[in-house]
Amino acid sequence: MELIKFLSLPMLSGVLLSLAAGPLGSLMVWRRMAYFGDTVAHSALLGVALALLLNADNTLMVGLVALGVAGLLWLAEYKALMATDTLLGILSHTALAVGMIVFSISPNQQVSLTGLLFGDILLIDTAQIIWIATVAITAALLATIRWRALVLMTLSEDLAAAEGVGVKRHRWLLASMIAITVATAIPVVGILLITALLIIPAATARYWANTPSQMAIIAAFICSIGVVFGLIGAVWFNLPSGPTVVVILTSCYTVSRLIRRPA
Amino acid sequence: MQSLIAADQLSLTLGQTNILDRISISIEPNEIVTLVGPNGAGKSSLVKVLLGLISPSSGEVHRHPSLKIGYVPQHFNVDPSMPMSVRYLLSQASNDGIDAIAERLTISHLLDRPVYRLSGGEKQRVLMARALLLKPNLLVLDEPAQGVDVGGQVELYALINQLRDELDCSVLVISHDLHLVMASTDRVICLNHHICCHGLPTDVQSDPAYKALLGERGAQALALYQHHHDHHHGIDGDVCNDGGCDGTH
Repeated sequence: MELIKFLSLPMLSGVLLSLAAGPLGSLMVWRRMAYFGDTVAHSALLGVALALLLNADNTLMVGLVALGVAGLLWLAEYKALMATDTLLGILSHTALAVGMIVFSISPNQQVSLTGLLFGDILLIDTAQIIWIATVAITAALLATIRWRALVLMTLSEDLAAAEGVGVKRHRWLLASMIAITVATAIPVVGILLITALLIIPAATARYWANTPSQMAIIAAFICSIGVVFGLIGAVWFNLPSGPTVVVILTSCYTVSRLIRRPA
Repeated sequence: MQSLIAADQLSLTLGQTNILDRISISIEPNEIVTLVGPNGAGKSSLVKVLLGLISPSSGEVHRHPSLKIGYVPQHFNVDPSMPMSVRYLLSQASNDGIDAIAERLTISHLLDRPVYRLSGGEKQRVLMARALLLKPNLLVLDEPAQGVDVGGQVELYALINQLRDELDCSVLVISHDLHLVMASTDRVICLNHHICCHGLPTDVQSDPAYKALLGERGAQALALYQHHHDHHHGIDGDVCNDGGCDGTH
């Protein structure tokens, strides 16, 4: 009983995040945006460092930097001679490098780097939960409302545009939803593992789903299972929480892959 | 009724390259227009500008307020990570009449197949079915004959012709395969960055010399050869009735 009480807030935040992770993760898998998620996550280090330096709110700063990185990518893609993953590589590692430099010059250094990299969901507080709830529910709702357009655009941007979908607008919507969700989810599994929380449930759901919307719903469900059982396992065996969640998710993926033969 | 699409003096420049050069074109209700030209002539780009997918560098496009487009793009690649059957893809356009249209396009046996497993020709027919389910008044087909054998192409164009009458819609077909489309098209526009000629095949077809020229498989190569290398003559004087083939470009 004590355990459940202790874990209720972390679990709640994980389940809330799953609502957004299902649809967004599926879209990331279909559109091959895993590296984009990583880049946004890496930029969070810069966000945290800036928050320390400027004495600003952590979540807000991380969110702003994440949006900034999404915007920079969009600018860099314009008439670029490189593939998007090269540009992402440049952005991602620059954000990491600048983040570490800002860290080193910041007078206030009371941040657990391990917590930042791998998450500290057990230390989550009510203010963070409210942030997570707001962002996750908003992202899940927006994705649901614009689902048809987002899926059609994923099939073919030309086709979607010819049928009146504002492709640029929706690309922006998707990028900023992913950026903000990633930034918000960092306390849960940390910078290095956040993309896993989006990608692995969706990849697992592929083996059970017959339609795009099924895949999003099943992914959200699998993500919740991973968080709930990962947290119980982490506390029970005294393991780090974020990594345990990811290992549980990967087990789900492996089992699904072995037992399911989808069309 | 007004034109569905009317474009005036469209130009498109990418970097140093002139893709489209002062093109004026219109598509009227219930007509089949075929856009022909060699590879790299800017056919797909012109269609994308007409549909509003890319903005022209200069010039204007007017689209009729009632315009409803059914577009079949040239490229359509679905990632295998997307779980989607053909039936689901079609149902996203409309749930009414899927089976009838599937039978019409001989894709009934494909309805339960995942979209990513379709071959090129199958994909074309599925996308055409999807476009038709939207009940468009303009059907736009970008190289519909790609990946389809000659027999299939004849059937395809016969079908396009029937559909135009049944649905009362216009059809814009892009093709580099001139001779097959000639019989069932109202107007042919030959594009090689600029409009080098356009004309009404109905007039043209009564000309025995022209029919002889285009009625055979070999005529296609000849027609395209002239496009590539010789704008002084055009295909035939009768087709170049708008003065586009006088070699002044």
